[in-house]
Amino acid sequence: MPKIIVEIMPKQDLLDPQGKAVSNSLHREGKKEITAVRIGKRIELHFDREITDQDLEMAKTQAANFLSNDVIEDVVAVTKED
Amino acid sequence: MKIGVITYPGTLDDRDAQRAIRLAGGTPVPLWHADDDLKKVDAVVLPGGFSYGDYLRCGAIAAQAPATKEVIRLAGQGLPVLGICNGFQILVESHLLPGGLIRNEKQHFVCKDQKLRVENNQTSWTNMFEKDEEILIPLKNGEGGYIASDETLKMLEDENLITFRYLDGNPNGSLNDIAGLTNKRGNVVGLMPHPEHAVEPGFGPDTKTAMRSGIDGLKFFQSVLQQVVNA
Repeated sequence: MPKIIVEIMPKQDLLDPQGKAVSNSLHREGKKEITAVRIGKRIELHFDREITDQDLEMAKTQAANFLSNDVIEDVVAVTKED
Repeated sequence: MKIGVITYPGTLDDRDAQRAIRLAGGTPVPLWHADDDLKKVDAVVLPGGFSYGDYLRCGAIAAQAPATKEVIRLAGQGLPVLGICNGFQILVESHLLPGGLIRNEKQHFVCKDQKLRVENNQTSWTNMFEKDEEILIPLKNGEGGYIASDETLKMLEDENLITFRYLDGNPNGSLNDIAGLTNKRGNVVGLMPHPEHAVEPGFGPDTKTAMRSGIDGLKFFQSVLQQVVNA
């Protein structure tokens, strides 16, 4: 099924409490070599037909305006996957 | 005086907001998120809760609702709008107020009676307060940490757009102790604490005078009623 993948991460300079909790847990298990964990989102948009360039543009617009909030997050990738 | 209260899927405090409006002397008008007819109300409250289960981001999906789109349009024309807690999150996601709200610094849901200082009493929803008045109203949130860019924070400070600051400790890590904001016009106010839970003696926060006697929240609703009457 053709789909567009949108990947979103919390901004670098922002505390990511979820990542921090996971990182603390890994440290408790002795994985001291892991210096940090950051957790973002992967959003899949499924299509019922071939994805056009316009679809990709639309997905980029939605990623910037609705799927992410640029105050707290960065869109790191919007890619097509067949 | 008709004040609309929008109910979204997952809203919790719409009835409390309606009750607060009634106690302040106004007529509450229930509004539905999927309906873009705001029934000619004189002001709107976006109540607290977990609209759309906080999916995607708190308030993000509610910001796209037909009723919210109409609120955004009319707020631009001066309609008084108060966003409480999840309503505040909806206001920032709608870009009616700047910045964003993230998970509390210590990651825990916080529920307590919170002291605030009124920083700006020149808005539609705060004109019955004294400047620098200290008030006590309940706070209950998991994602109430206010953040914004340095540039936005400077603008908020310089233009006196911070309406409330947390006193006696910052419960959620909000930058500059920000508990609530207004827009330049002063008709849109958003805050994390819940004024609608401090409007009736016997049901509010404990005060020095008596248990559960705190009614500092009532002035929010009286403020907007007074403004609408004078307009």
